[in-house]
Amino acid sequence: MLATDRVETRLPDLKPALTEAQARAEAARCLFCHDAPCVAACPTAIDIPMFIRQIHSGNPVGAARTIFEANPLGHSCARVCPVEVLCVGECVYNAKGEPPIMIGRLQRHATDHVVHAGIQLFEAGPSTGRAIACVGGGPASLACAHELVRLGHRAVIYEKGTWPGGLNTDGVAPYKMHAEESLAEVEWLSEIGIVWRLGVEVGRDVPWVELEREFDAVFLGAGLGADSALGVEGEDLPGVWGATALIEAIKTGRQVDPLSVYSAVVIGGGNTAIDAARELKLLGVPEVRVVYRRGPESMSAYAHEREHATAEGVAFTWRAVPVAFEGNGRLNAVRLTTVDRGCNPVGEPFRVPADLVAVAVGQGRLETLLAGIPGGIAHERGHVRVDEATGRTSNPKYWAGGDLANGGAEVVNAAAEGKRAARGIHEWLERNGGSV
Amino acid sequence: MRGGNPGNGAPRGNGGPRANGGPRPGRPVDLSVECGGIRSPNPFWLASGPPTNTAGQVMRAFDMGWGGAVWKTLGDPITNTASRYGAIDYQGRNVAGFNNIELITDRPLEVNLREIAEVKRRYPGHALVASLMVETRDDWRDIIRRTEDTGCDGFELNFGCPHGMCERGMGSAVGQEPRLLEEITGWAREFASIPVLVKLTPNITDILDPAMAAQRGGAHGVSLINTIKSVIAIDHDTFSPIPSVAGQGTSGGYCGPAVKPIALHMVTRLGKAEEFRLPVSAIGGIHTWEDALDFLLMGASSLQVCTAAMHYGFRIVQEMTRGLEEWMREKGYSRIEEFRGRALPNYEEWGDLDLNYRIVAEIDPVLCIGCQLCYAACEDGAHQCIALPAGTRVPRIKQDECVGCNLCQIVCPVEGCITMVEVERGLPKESWNDRVAAGTAGAGGRH
Repeated sequence: MLATDRVETRLPDLKPALTEAQARAEAARCLFCHDAPCVAACPTAIDIPMFIRQIHSGNPVGAARTIFEANPLGHSCARVCPVEVLCVGECVYNAKGEPPIMIGRLQRHATDHVVHAGIQLFEAGPSTGRAIACVGGGPASLACAHELVRLGHRAVIYEKGTWPGGLNTDGVAPYKMHAEESLAEVEWLSEIGIVWRLGVEVGRDVPWVELEREFDAVFLGAGLGADSALGVEGEDLPGVWGATALIEAIKTGRQVDPLSVYSAVVIGGGNTAIDAARELKLLGVPEVRVVYRRGPESMSAYAHEREHATAEGVAFTWRAVPVAFEGNGRLNAVRLTTVDRGCNPVGEPFRVPADLVAVAVGQGRLETLLAGIPGGIAHERGHVRVDEATGRTSNPKYWAGGDLANGGAEVVNAAAEGKRAARGIHEWLERNGGSV
Repeated sequence: MRGGNPGNGAPRGNGGPRANGGPRPGRPVDLSVECGGIRSPNPFWLASGPPTNTAGQVMRAFDMGWGGAVWKTLGDPITNTASRYGAIDYQGRNVAGFNNIELITDRPLEVNLREIAEVKRRYPGHALVASLMVETRDDWRDIIRRTEDTGCDGFELNFGCPHGMCERGMGSAVGQEPRLLEEITGWAREFASIPVLVKLTPNITDILDPAMAAQRGGAHGVSLINTIKSVIAIDHDTFSPIPSVAGQGTSGGYCGPAVKPIALHMVTRLGKAEEFRLPVSAIGGIHTWEDALDFLLMGASSLQVCTAAMHYGFRIVQEMTRGLEEWMREKGYSRIEEFRGRALPNYEEWGDLDLNYRIVAEIDPVLCIGCQLCYAACEDGAHQCIALPAGTRVPRIKQDECVGCNLCQIVCPVEGCITMVEVERGLPKESWNDRVAAGTAGAGGRH
């Protein structure tokens, strides 16, 4: 059970639930476009105008069915999708100079209706007698396993950590979704018969050969590795965190107390950096500064996220890198140096006081994990290569999806890729009887 | 599109050219009207119904700006049910259509008469009409004489109510039987010394039949339409019709914005019938000044409103009077009589419309937001005259195939994006009736 006094619970939803009346009014605005651009922008191609019309006509269960048929992770995607650059960004109302439809919040309205009330929409298909192992307990494996069970296969998810749900549970910004919402989704999805092996690490607790013996196919959805380190002096000082480790601590416990922090520095220019900075700021840290080695134009973080951060009071230092973390037994400052466009130091280093640092310069790859697979598997520096149509890897018994294959994208991409792999596995089992 | 304000529920369609007078600030405008000998400071009367149940309501309404009121129908006091009302919501707005199974007044006649007299004494310049519904000739004589003593300005004979009362041989039971309607109207004329209006039910085949019966019976005018017989909806859990009375329901009378086009047709029908000469007090879905103007342009002498007042309260009349005044200033009219019935000459039977007139749709690619509703509508619901060129979301009208039906313009969510453009064909007007007369009518039928 999750603790109820987790740090993340101090942050309310930035996009709270719509009331029934709000949802109906917003749904009424939807134009029901032909060949709707919002659908084309959705990696899982949810029939958005249809589910919105279903909400409008007082059929929230039907709306949820439309959503989940396309995207098993529809409940979390409603909250965590960067809708501004996907469906909502393509809404034709943008061209009309009117607010685009609040698609994410309408989707949440529909999925909340069934997930919170425990209304089950799906069931396991007639048993095929086949079994598939899904490695990693995040969105990709969940989507894959859910689809597999619906197709009549047995699906077992191996998760080395404590919680199911992957980054949905321990990595999503709390103001987008709290951990219990992810767990509610996992529970709802798993009801149809997904089997969980929590706290079991494949390759260590269970050898790959054993997995291959027990299962007809294996889906790899293990995501990314631990936070990358900078290799800078003082990085092991208490107070210096990897960004995803910090976010995990905020979401699942109370090891970090933002109210005891006065000045925080986040190193990096991606969405994880912005998430960490916004979370610290919203949790009450007076001074939060993002330090990035290039200019704002080069940031990989979404522009709308950076604008939110700026509006919330996050400061930015461009074209600077840390050269040392300083402190006497505990962090109290970051020594930075300005860099030129080639990231070469220019000028004298300067000190920025900091009692917390989050390093968000990427996550490690799971090359070690992959190296243990019998017969090997093709990957590029840890990104598993898969077939575009089926999600199958170079190893005939293995499929892959999510961050492990795409190098780090959105939950909705992981959902699409997990489902794609499930279809691929199913087709292969149907066609070849599963003989490699 | 009218009034430069197509987003407020005004119909889309090829309205044709409009004379533009331009705004005339400060020009005095007189809204006063006369209908069948009944005068009022403006054409807006509260129709007989729940809003005109008591003196307190009617006086408050007059203070708010209503020009007249038709008192809730007098007769033998009845017992009402709970519930009584049902409504249709549409696209997030409630009360697009409304129905009721409420009957006539449930208050003693002497109380109503005392209050009518009091209102008339305090508001001598406003139109106060008493709606009546009784059965026998003696009943009619008695109630007319007693009611006339209140000093009211006229009577409205309720031959329209389609629920409850008709089962007792009154209301629409009379309105649907022209001989009976004519006879009772004759009684009313015989006993009354003030104007008599006859309120008509739309639950008939041709509104002209009961209207002519009213004229033959000597009425001073007619009021229409009363409500349309309706079942609003079914409760999907209890399977009871709505409104539900202890799990059961019945047909009621439909009104509200949804019925306006039906009422406007019936008012037009009477306005075009040369043999019908009585003034018309128009009723049916009037919610804005634009609705009101439609009825005036089709010849109505006064207007009655009920559902809008039930939905928004009496204050709503101010939007109607101000809107009408503003339009009159813009057009340079100072009295309603100057434009009343102005649209009637432009109403023709289908057979007299010009078959050679041609318009085609045109899309403004700058305004287009790419929703492609026009494409879906034309492709699936009309004549397949819109194409989707590759590389853009802006559809293209196949103008040489476009039949000028207007559907794309009607469904387009962007004001002014799709316009209907006249195609000059250099052909004289030719109607179906012209073709019949010339013996060439086979070329393209009506359906």
